[in-house]
Amino acid sequence: MTYSYYPGCTLKTKAKDLDRYGRLSAEALGVTLEEIENWQCCGAVYPQASDEIATKLSAIRALDAAKGKGQKLLTLCSACHHVIKRVNHDMQTDDNLRLKANNYLKLDEPYLGEAEVVHYLEMLRDEVGFDNIKKAVKNPLKGVKIAAYYGCLLLRPSGVMAFDNPECPTIIEDFIKAIGATPVIYSQRNECCGGYISLEDKPQAQKRVDAIVKSAMDAGAEMIITACPLCMYNLDANATEHRLPVKYFTELLYQALGIEEEKEGA
Amino acid sequence: MSNNITTEDILRISGVDTRKCMFCGKCSGTCPAFDEMEYHPHQFVYMVQWGMIDKLMESKSIYKCLTCFACLERCPRNVQPAKLIEAVRQAVIRQQGMNHMTENDIPGLLEDKLPQQAIVSAMRKYKK
Repeated sequence: MTYSYYPGCTLKTKAKDLDRYGRLSAEALGVTLEEIENWQCCGAVYPQASDEIATKLSAIRALDAAKGKGQKLLTLCSACHHVIKRVNHDMQTDDNLRLKANNYLKLDEPYLGEAEVVHYLEMLRDEVGFDNIKKAVKNPLKGVKIAAYYGCLLLRPSGVMAFDNPECPTIIEDFIKAIGATPVIYSQRNECCGGYISLEDKPQAQKRVDAIVKSAMDAGAEMIITACPLCMYNLDANATEHRLPVKYFTELLYQALGIEEEKEGA
Repeated sequence: MSNNITTEDILRISGVDTRKCMFCGKCSGTCPAFDEMEYHPHQFVYMVQWGMIDKLMESKSIYKCLTCFACLERCPRNVQPAKLIEAVRQAVIRQQGMNHMTENDIPGLLEDKLPQQAIVSAMRKYKK
């Protein structure tokens, strides 16, 4: 299976690990990621105001590129996934946006939300299958207790994101089991880490992060994993009272698949 | 500050129907920024409905919302208070000279590990 891959701004800079381990693991699992040419930053925040048009155009351009190749658009960053999936939904349902965006973009044929947006985790679950990942694992992370941190952007609003049950998700826990580790369930796993508020009000972000890390720690977690570069930063840099190692899920997948040793051995 | 922004303006920008609210308070009960906000999500709903737009526009509450969509997801009537908060924030920053943060503020806020996502988010949330 070949996907149109949308890495996004942060995966090219501060979150290179999320991208690199994701690409190498996909390759090892027989999934081809073709980076969309000349993609533009999605803006990281979905424009909620119903009269916003220009701020949605970069996402529409990426969606149209995937449509042109007849491929699904694959995202890895939670924020990119949120923005692009919701803009696509708008293009399927909002006549006003469809008209104005298409009038402006003047594409060869109007874009009407034809592309399908898939997050990397959904690809693992629905395309590869967690059972097959389990079979491909060479270094199971036995006994490691891992807290899955979903945050907000992958799950909500569930009517549009349709990622998993918004209050009781299982996809990252199923991933953790597939790589041989033990998932830890804790109450704060789908509550906000503070996100971009870190720039505006650091104490507010610190308060959120402490609540999340404490919740994970109390449940016995030794590590937190995430798909979001901003959650990664917050959970690490804004932790004050409690601290746990925070990693991208792709890094653990890469380790479990034993890709490194294979390359070194070759 | 008289903004001449009306209830109808906010309803139009947000696409929200405030009349659906039954005042159960679940939005504010689940809000992770509750302690930091002067006006809470359920108050945005009735204050918009009652035309108290200036008070909301002048309140720091519009910059405390984390846009985590908890209020929106957990509302039993699908009122979507987050969209009202966003609409009020837009009504403010769309005015000349009313950006809450600009690119000139960024260098002073940079940290080694700060992801681009944080800066891009801030520019989308605080600046027009």
